[in-house]
Amino acid sequence: MSETITLEVLRYLPETDSEPHFQRYTVPYKDEWVVLDALNHIKDHLDATLSYRWSCHMAVCGSCGMTINNEPKLSCHTFLRDYRGGVIRVEPLDHFPIERDLVIVMDSFMDKLSSVKPYLIPKQDKPLSSGEYLQTPGELNVFHQYTQCINCMLCYAACPQVGLNEDFVGPAALALAHRYNLDSRDGGKAARADVVASNEGIWECTFVGACSQVCPKCVDPAAAIQQTKISASVDWLKDLLTPGAHT
Amino acid sequence: MSRRPYMRKVERSWWLQHPRYILYMIRELTSLFVGLYCALLAVGLVRLSQGHAAWDGFVAAFSGPLGVVFQLLCLVFTTYHSVTWFALTPKAMPLMVKGEPVPGGVIVGAHYVAWAAVSIAVLIGAGI
Repeated sequence: MSETITLEVLRYLPETDSEPHFQRYTVPYKDEWVVLDALNHIKDHLDATLSYRWSCHMAVCGSCGMTINNEPKLSCHTFLRDYRGGVIRVEPLDHFPIERDLVIVMDSFMDKLSSVKPYLIPKQDKPLSSGEYLQTPGELNVFHQYTQCINCMLCYAACPQVGLNEDFVGPAALALAHRYNLDSRDGGKAARADVVASNEGIWECTFVGACSQVCPKCVDPAAAIQQTKISASVDWLKDLLTPGAHT
Repeated sequence: MSRRPYMRKVERSWWLQHPRYILYMIRELTSLFVGLYCALLAVGLVRLSQGHAAWDGFVAAFSGPLGVVFQLLCLVFTTYHSVTWFALTPKAMPLMVKGEPVPGGVIVGAHYVAWAAVSIAVLIGAGI
């Protein structure tokens, strides 16, 4: 008989369930399978009612974030072989409402993301005819790691502050704000400051560091937030000493 | 079909559910001892300003077994707090030299060198 592995999946069917419950599935074990392959096997062969998000199957789209054995992970990036001989417990990402089974409601994240204006706000608009906004490799190096974020929300699931205060802007959005603030072509730091430097922004972070530990793209949001704290403090001091001169 | 999203509650014991949260809470706890020792130093300064007798009384009060145990506890927790803080400094204070990031180990090492230098300066200043 070929080898199998058991998945314990948190199910929630809003039509019938008052609260989530675990359901066990036994699937074939294959060295090259990731947890997402096992979920696809369940969906195709065992239980078509199971719901979950996925798209690229290669850790690029950020859709398949789940809690796997108490750790936020991309299910396409988590091999069954790392859990061989045990049970794999699959839950939706923590700190988000569950829409159905492993699908979470991400509206709050989308709102927080857009609130930090995560796009280039040029210092001065210039006509297309004057050419590109140029940047040296050194200037790119300053913020390059923060461009790797795929909005998978693992950092929100890992951050206890997100769970304790639903208004906390959170790691990924603050890291993206930092990414644009550091960009030599950008002039939008003041426009982002109302949200970034608010009580629900960087100051809600207590430097647990879990966000950076779980990030599948090595973005290090914790570093971005601590750097923003220093930068915001310097800006506050400058404004205190010379009001209005730095806006 | 109406939606009925389900929100799971954060348990009060959330920090016991993963080793990294336990380590974080230990670090938070060490802040208490850092603060207590700062308060002790501040009281010592006030007593010093009040004259020889006041200072001697202060030293005597913290030379007994309880005082020594308290200071040892403060030393252990403050050391833990300092070491974990130094480990985090590359995140909070990254340096770029000629467009390239300075390795984290160099930044952490510089903090230990500064710590040693200040400690030696204090010991020399105290005539030890």
